[in-house]
Amino acid sequence: MGELLVTKTAAGLRNLLDAGDVSAVEVAQAHLDHIEATDDQLKAFLVVMRESALTKAREVDARIADGAGAGLLAGIPVALKDIFTTRAVPTTCGSKILEGYRPPYDATVTSRLDAADAVLLGKTNMDEFAMGSSGENSAYQLTTNPWDLERVPGGSSSGSGAAVAGFQTPLAVGTDTGGSVRQPAAFSGVVGAKPTYGRVSRYGMIAFASSLDQASPFARTVTDAAWMLEAIAGHDPMDSTSIPEPFPNLREGLEAGVGGMRIGVVREFFESEGLEPGVRDRTQEAIQRLSKLGAQIVEVSLPHAVYGVSAYYLIAPSECSSNLSRFDGVRYGLRVDADSAEEMMAATREAGFGAEVKRRIMIGTYALSAGYYDAYYAQAQRVRTLILRDFAAAFEQCDALISPTAPTTAFRFGDKSDDPLAMYLNDIFTIPASLAGTPAMSLPAGLDEKGLPVGVQVMGPVLGEQVMFRVARALEAEIAFDPTPRGPNALELG
Amino acid sequence: MSLSTDDVRHVARLARLALTDDEVEALGGQLSNILAYAEKVGEVAAEDVPPTSHPYPLRNVYRTDEARASLPPEDAISTAPQAEDGRFHVPRIVGEEA
Repeated sequence: MGELLVTKTAAGLRNLLDAGDVSAVEVAQAHLDHIEATDDQLKAFLVVMRESALTKAREVDARIADGAGAGLLAGIPVALKDIFTTRAVPTTCGSKILEGYRPPYDATVTSRLDAADAVLLGKTNMDEFAMGSSGENSAYQLTTNPWDLERVPGGSSSGSGAAVAGFQTPLAVGTDTGGSVRQPAAFSGVVGAKPTYGRVSRYGMIAFASSLDQASPFARTVTDAAWMLEAIAGHDPMDSTSIPEPFPNLREGLEAGVGGMRIGVVREFFESEGLEPGVRDRTQEAIQRLSKLGAQIVEVSLPHAVYGVSAYYLIAPSECSSNLSRFDGVRYGLRVDADSAEEMMAATREAGFGAEVKRRIMIGTYALSAGYYDAYYAQAQRVRTLILRDFAAAFEQCDALISPTAPTTAFRFGDKSDDPLAMYLNDIFTIPASLAGTPAMSLPAGLDEKGLPVGVQVMGPVLGEQVMFRVARALEAEIAFDPTPRGPNALELG
Repeated sequence: MSLSTDDVRHVARLARLALTDDEVEALGGQLSNILAYAEKVGEVAAEDVPPTSHPYPLRNVYRTDEARASLPPEDAISTAPQAEDGRFHVPRIVGEEA
């Protein structure tokens, strides 16, 4: 039973739990056992919360037995990227500078999942401070790709993506700043869905680039991703950038199909130099499927999207250099002693941050320093306006956009780690929606010639999560992708 | 844009990073390359284009002026590397008086 339980979707588990065929404790136990059996290979988790997960599951079982109403996620296992604060549970953000840190409060995402009676299995690995596209920047361990253990799982939400793909949990939360949920979802054959910026509270989510960071669910199906997003989204007075509007019911109209809809194909994304043939082919097939399902396909242009990576690598480092100034050896985390406060701070930060984090702090500090602000940060924010206008013009011609999620499938460890710019260009298709703040999600479109998953990206207009999920669901049903990792180097599922 | 070793050291001082000599050398080239790519933003968007930071128009977000509980001081200080009498302890910031 245990092995079968871990292959269930959240929706499938909901049916079993509601029918009394299985208990929340059995569900939690099966997933905890599977984590224990597979995480030596996958290294997705930094903390496994066995005791608290089982305690929570027992509470949920008691509530179900009492006839008290159980919410959609009651008794469903979830995992959290280690960027979300969890009261008294270690929270490192993948960095040595926060080793041993036990936050005194819960993030809003953490408390909403708990209020929904989800069972938190643990905290997942990530690129340090969410800076990376491969998971290789974690200060702790290298998470592997369940489809090929010699390849990267994508990043920065490396552990959350791999845990869902490796059947360690049906649901996980990551954060997407420039593609950090969509790209790992694409690399490991799962669904990753970034909502409109401001939909999910950033309270208690350790800040990287505040104007871009957005909590986003991972799941193995579009429906499961919708359930999880509904549980964590909605206005929060603790985040001043939180959108003060109710989050829509994504389940309504999810199965309505794409008949009569207009789907835009972004011309520039197919002209990109680094686009692999396997990715291009699967994406074009997905477009044909939408056409077959009754959607009208239109070509659209995002002429300023080519400036996206440039703008992003000014905006994100600038904001990170400011946000990460809080790690100064005073209030939490590491301290390296020295005679003066300034020397203590400089020594602490030198010892506590990894190479990529230092690199981005340096770019950002330079870009924000006297005399450069207008040419760099302010100019990048103007380009952002042009990209937003491009999206607005595109959405006058169509209901949703489709493109590849990443130009390549999962690459090997070390392939891009010596060339920061090459690594940054892996985010070329995900960054535009991040800069525009528009919702965008990745779903599996099949495998390439190497047998690796290809992700296709569906993008919606501002606040247009419903239409985006509807398109993704129609496409998912037509593609009928099997999410079981397979191939010569795949994770052994036992 | 090319960053000299002195430029890198100056920025590192601003960022409070005690970089090693090897790091300073590596970062000079890397930052120059990344900034050269990033400077492409200067090719478009004239000054009459307003900057964007949020897709949804929000301004002046205030909460109601009501007293409410906040994090207890002992919780806030529980994570400090060094604390004393309910305060964060840091090395001397102002130089000793002559």
